[in-house]
Amino acid sequence: MKELEYPFDPAYIIQKKKALKKGLLADGTPRMEKKIAVFGGSTTSDIVKVLELFLLNMGIAPVFYESEYAQYFQDAMFPSEELLAFQPDLVFIHTTNRNVTAYPEITDSPAQIDEKLQSQLEKFQTIWASIGEKFHCPIIQNNFEMPLYRLLGNRDCYDVHGRRNFLSRLNQGFYAYAQTHESFYIHDINFISADFGLKEWANPLYWNMYKYAMCFEAIPGFAFNLANIIKSIFGKNKKALALDLDNTLWGGVVGDDGVDGIEIGQETGVSQSYYEFQTYVKELKSLGILLTVCSKNDHENAIAGLNHPEGALKPADFIIIKANWENKDRNIAETAQELNILPEAIVFADDNPAEREIVRAQLPGVAVPAMEEVERYIQTIDRSGFFEVTSFSEDDLKRNEMYKTNALRAAQAASFADYGAYLESLSMRAVIDDFLPVYLARITQLTNKSNQFNLTTRRYTPAQMEEVFASSQHIRLYGKLVDKFGDNGVVSVVIGKINGDALDVELWLMSCRVLKRDMEFAMLDELVSRCREAGISHINGYYYPTAKNGMVRELYKTFGFQKVSEDETGNTQWRLELESYEKQNRFIAVSGNEAQNA
Amino acid sequence: METREIYARLNRIFQNVFDDSSIRVYPETTADDIEDWDSLEHITLISTVERVFHMKFKMGEISSMKNVGEMAAIIKARTKL
Repeated sequence: MKELEYPFDPAYIIQKKKALKKGLLADGTPRMEKKIAVFGGSTTSDIVKVLELFLLNMGIAPVFYESEYAQYFQDAMFPSEELLAFQPDLVFIHTTNRNVTAYPEITDSPAQIDEKLQSQLEKFQTIWASIGEKFHCPIIQNNFEMPLYRLLGNRDCYDVHGRRNFLSRLNQGFYAYAQTHESFYIHDINFISADFGLKEWANPLYWNMYKYAMCFEAIPGFAFNLANIIKSIFGKNKKALALDLDNTLWGGVVGDDGVDGIEIGQETGVSQSYYEFQTYVKELKSLGILLTVCSKNDHENAIAGLNHPEGALKPADFIIIKANWENKDRNIAETAQELNILPEAIVFADDNPAEREIVRAQLPGVAVPAMEEVERYIQTIDRSGFFEVTSFSEDDLKRNEMYKTNALRAAQAASFADYGAYLESLSMRAVIDDFLPVYLARITQLTNKSNQFNLTTRRYTPAQMEEVFASSQHIRLYGKLVDKFGDNGVVSVVIGKINGDALDVELWLMSCRVLKRDMEFAMLDELVSRCREAGISHINGYYYPTAKNGMVRELYKTFGFQKVSEDETGNTQWRLELESYEKQNRFIAVSGNEAQNA
Repeated sequence: METREIYARLNRIFQNVFDDSSIRVYPETTADDIEDWDSLEHITLISTVERVFHMKFKMGEISSMKNVGEMAAIIKARTKL
């Protein structure tokens, strides 16, 4: 919904929130339900209402628990029966500098101030520990915004008696905790309050009249920023950025102006602006965002423009370059298909409003930011939060490389008449074994991101994954695939729960980047042999249909399972007897974790 | 600003905030007359009125206004300046 995309009009959202909610609920999009507990140190009512709008717009249907006014400490330490029964998927702690209970006095010694700092920090650490213990779910915690006034003037920021100094030390304490704790995220209100304008943000009228820690018009920006973290935790980040070329990556039209005529580099203010944007895009690539081109141009002109000596981006930075005269929505749809991702995982950046409108209308779900002036391109994409980083795995760093090598594989496949001969030629090696701690982040990320090759679409928070990892009642397998073109990283995960002499498969997923490589058979072979070791006689498989996982409806049948039942919604249950099972993988050489150290 | 114009705009604001196009407000309308008009929606209402009429209420006025008539009177006085 356009009204909820950056840059939105906060006043409009506040005024129309009821109508907006109605519209979202009526649009028929499937959404994942998530239970969110909001522990407030000030009024949270409108924050929750506006947060709900943004989450609905991002594909999440939230159910909220809201503490009574300012009961964040009590709820965290001594949760009520109601809260315990609620079992949140996520806890958000909405505290602000209004909740700091002991600020330095001007007569305090530095040691006394250290003590105050310590006691404030310990209070919060106790809260976080308690939430972790009781709810085993991710925690999002506000940091502190800057204070309303500076008693010591400019000295306030560096003198230990200053509130500016004290709050920034508290924030450092929060960050140290975040750096050492999984599933703990900081909501950076220190940044967004400054971004909004502290003068208005901190207008005391809203505190004194309504006990809001910020002014009313700041709420949508606050809620949007928070929603971005939440959607990222639950696997709803965008994966790819499809870029137009003329007047998006450089000034001018390369087909008309020639390579020498386009504006990019250090010559003028305009060319510098495009250069800065290219640099930003290149930084996104280093985070693992996939870059593609979607431009109406002759292919050779597009390549020539990208090879401009003053540009920061080069043709090799892009996985797919679609420079042709087809409609852009068609090019985007094909790009999604070739990358094996969903159109809704793509951000399309184009300076031309007409092109944006076509893509928006033809491919709802694709994010289409309003790229209006070149000097604002970075801000528009950055503030939209498409790629909000909540976890960061080794694979993210290598992702562009991996997709690139996939293109090479496709080229090679085309030269083989027999698919088996092609698979043979890839010299595939896999590591398939029980989880290793270093891979837990990636494994959790996969459970939240994989939609297509995913039998149960069960999502795990890092905390839940820790529990599975520690459990003796589960058989866990991850699979990593290497071939002659490169390392695909961890691409498959299977989790089964031991149930007497049966194994119930709770999760079976695979990244679409290794489709049709027989990796699923290698996983099954290994699963069967683990089951045999554990004295299990049969495996129960489950398939729960979603809008996206049609490709694996018959997977268990291909595996040789027998269908046991099917209900009216298409949920199916399957069974495999292990006694007569024979290995099915013929092309992949499999080893265990010991191979990792070799 | 004409009193009639003020009420026309207030009607529009109330309809938006409470998402009900049948709402009409009169000088004697109070929070009791509109189902969803609680203390929280009151904030939304005030902030929207301030923006539409380009004026600000004083802090004391926000909690002391008894009905829409008093609100309109403040708007009228303040938009005259």
